[in-house]
Amino acid sequence: MFALGATGHAGVLPDDRADMMWHQWEGGGVTVQGPSILLRKKLGDSLSLAANYYVDMVSSASVDVLSTASPYKERRTQKSLSADYLHGKTTYSLGVISSIEPDYHANTGYFSVSEDMFGDLTTVAFGFTRGWDQVGEREHVLNITDWVGDADHRNWQLSLSQILTRNWLLSVNFETSESEGYLKSPYRSARYLAPDGSVQTEEEVYPGTRTGNAASMQLKYYLPWHAALAGSYRFYKDTWSILAHTVDVGYTQPLFADWTFDADVRYYRQTAANFYSDLFPYQASQNFLARDRELAQYHDLTLGLGVTWQFHPRWPRWIEKGTMNLRYDRMHIAYDDFHNYLVGSAPGVLPLYSYDANITQFFISAWF
Amino acid sequence: MTKSRTVSLVLSAPLAALLLAGCSSVEPWVKPYEREHLADPIMSFDRDPVSSTYLDHVFEVREGARGATGGVGGGCGCN
Amino acid sequence: MKRNMIRTGALLLALNLTAAFPAAANSIVAGATAPAFQLSSAGGGALSLADLKGQVVLINFWASWCGPCRQEMPVLEQLYKKYKAGGFTLLGVNVEPKSADAASFLQSTPVSFPIVFDADSHVSKLYEVSGMPSTVIVDRKGTVRYVHHGYKPGEESEYLDQIRTLMRE
Repeated sequence: MFALGATGHAGVLPDDRADMMWHQWEGGGVTVQGPSILLRKKLGDSLSLAANYYVDMVSSASVDVLSTASPYKERRTQKSLSADYLHGKTTYSLGVISSIEPDYHANTGYFSVSEDMFGDLTTVAFGFTRGWDQVGEREHVLNITDWVGDADHRNWQLSLSQILTRNWLLSVNFETSESEGYLKSPYRSARYLAPDGSVQTEEEVYPGTRTGNAASMQLKYYLPWHAALAGSYRFYKDTWSILAHTVDVGYTQPLFADWTFDADVRYYRQTAANFYSDLFPYQASQNFLARDRELAQYHDLTLGLGVTWQFHPRWPRWIEKGTMNLRYDRMHIAYDDFHNYLVGSAPGVLPLYSYDANITQFFISAWF
Repeated sequence: MTKSRTVSLVLSAPLAALLLAGCSSVEPWVKPYEREHLADPIMSFDRDPVSSTYLDHVFEVREGARGATGGVGGGCGCN
Repeated sequence: MKRNMIRTGALLLALNLTAAFPAAANSIVAGATAPAFQLSSAGGGALSLADLKGQVVLINFWASWCGPCRQEMPVLEQLYKKYKAGGFTLLGVNVEPKSADAASFLQSTPVSFPIVFDADSHVSKLYEVSGMPSTVIVDRKGTVRYVHHGYKPGEESEYLDQIRTLMRE
C-alpha cells in the first residue's frame, strides 16, 4: 500500500500537469520496472482531478526466492483517482487506489482536509486512509492463486507547516498506522536449529495486529544564490518493537536558466522486530516467529542525483512549459542479523547479507 | 470515556479558545508580497509528485517504517 | 495515545473551520483617501498617483511569481484598452525586490498600461496589501472605493461594473 501523507494544498489548487515516467529498481537479484503516468486537471475554479496509472514488472531472483524456489516474473498494476476541492482557504481531498497483482489485491481510500491560517503562514492538514488487502499464495507452475487471508489498514495523519521567514519553511508530520489480519508473507518460512545440527524450517507466526507511530520534521531553506537546502528527520516506533530513524538532506541548484540539479543523501536505520530471527534456537521457540528481512536489524544509505531540463515548446500552444527529468539513486543496504543463504547452509559461517541497488527514473512533464 | 480521551478533550477546549481569540490579532510577519522565494518551485516540499511518490514506495516496501513522509504548505499563498 | 493526539488535531481543525476568520486582516478600507506615492516606471522616469487625479484609477499589486497575478494581466490589459479613452487608467504596481523576473514576464506578456516598481515594498505597506494579487479602485477625487483580494477568472466582470459606476460620477 502506498504511503500517503495528508496531501492537501490549502489555499491554492495544484497546477494542471501531465507526467510520464519510466522507473526501474535493480538490486538484490530483483528488477522491477515500468511506467507511471500522472494526469491532473482543474474542472472550473474549485475542483482539481488527478489520475495515475502505474505498473511494476517484477523479475525476481532474490535471495529469499533463490534459497527456497526458482526465479519468477510478475506484474503489478495500480490505478488511482483523486479529487481536490477548494473552498476559501480550505482544500478537501478524496482518493481511491486499486493495486492488483496475481497474489495480492489492495484497495485504498483516503480523505484529507487542509487549511491555511494566520495570514497564510500556517497550514494544518488532517487525513485518514483506509486499506483493504487480500493476500494470496501463488503456485507459479499451475498458475493458481490460493487466497489465504485479509489485512485491514487504518492510518491517521496530521501535518502542520509554518512559514518561519521569507527563506525558511518548517513542516511537522505525525502518522499512526494500524494494521490487522494476515500480515505475513505466505511464501516465507522461519528457520530453526534442529537437535542434529541441521537447519529446518517451520511456519512463520505473526501477531494479528500492528500499530506504528511516525513523527517527522522537515526544514527548507532558500539560499541567497538561488538554491534550496532541505533536511528532514523521521522517528518511527511500532508494537512489533521496530524502532527506526530516517535522516535526509537534499540540495537543489538551478543553473543556466533552464537547468536544475538535485543531490540527495538519505540514511535509514532500524532495530529488529521482537519476534524476528534469522535462525531460531529450536523448534517453536516463541509464540511469534518471523524471518522477513524487512523486520531485521539493518541500515541503508541512499545517494541520489537528479537533472531537470525545462523547455517551452512552440507546439502545441496550450502547453505552458515542459521538463525532462533524469534521476538516479544508489542504495546500499546492510543487514546486521540476516545471512546470505545462497553461499551455503552451515549456520554460523555465513556472511551477513548486503547489496547495492540502482534506482532510475526518467520522466517528462508538461504544464498546461 | 477513557482517561486519555477526557484529557485530550479538556486540553483542546482552552487551546481552541486561544486559537479563536488569537486568529484575528496575529499579523503575518511575512507579508503576501514578500513570498517570492517561498513561491519558487525549488522551495516546494514536493516538486514532482510522480517521482516522490515512487521513491516513497520504493523505501516503504523494503523498510519496516512507514508514514509521516508528507509536507504541505509554503508556496505563494495567492488568492 | 498518538491516535488521540491526532483526533485532537482534527477537533482543532474542525473548530477553526467554524471560526469567523477575517477575510483579510487589516487592509485598506473603502472611503479612505488613497495614499500618495511616486515610483519609477517601466517606461523610464517616475510616476505618481497625483498625476492621475481626475481619472478613475485601478491599482493592481502583482508579482511574476504569483500564478493568479499572471492570469489576471491579459484581462487587465483588455479592461485598459476598452476604457482608457473615457477617463479610466490602470496602474500595475510590481512588488518584487528585483525587477529582472518581472521584466522577462512583461516581454512574453506585454501590456500597454503603466507599470511601476515598488522594490522596497513601501507602497505595498501603505496600501496594507494583504493578498496577492490585490486590486484597489480609486475614484476621480482620489478616494478608495473598492478593494479586491486575490483573483479568480470571472472576477473582471465585477471590476467592469465598479469602473462603469465610478466613471459615471
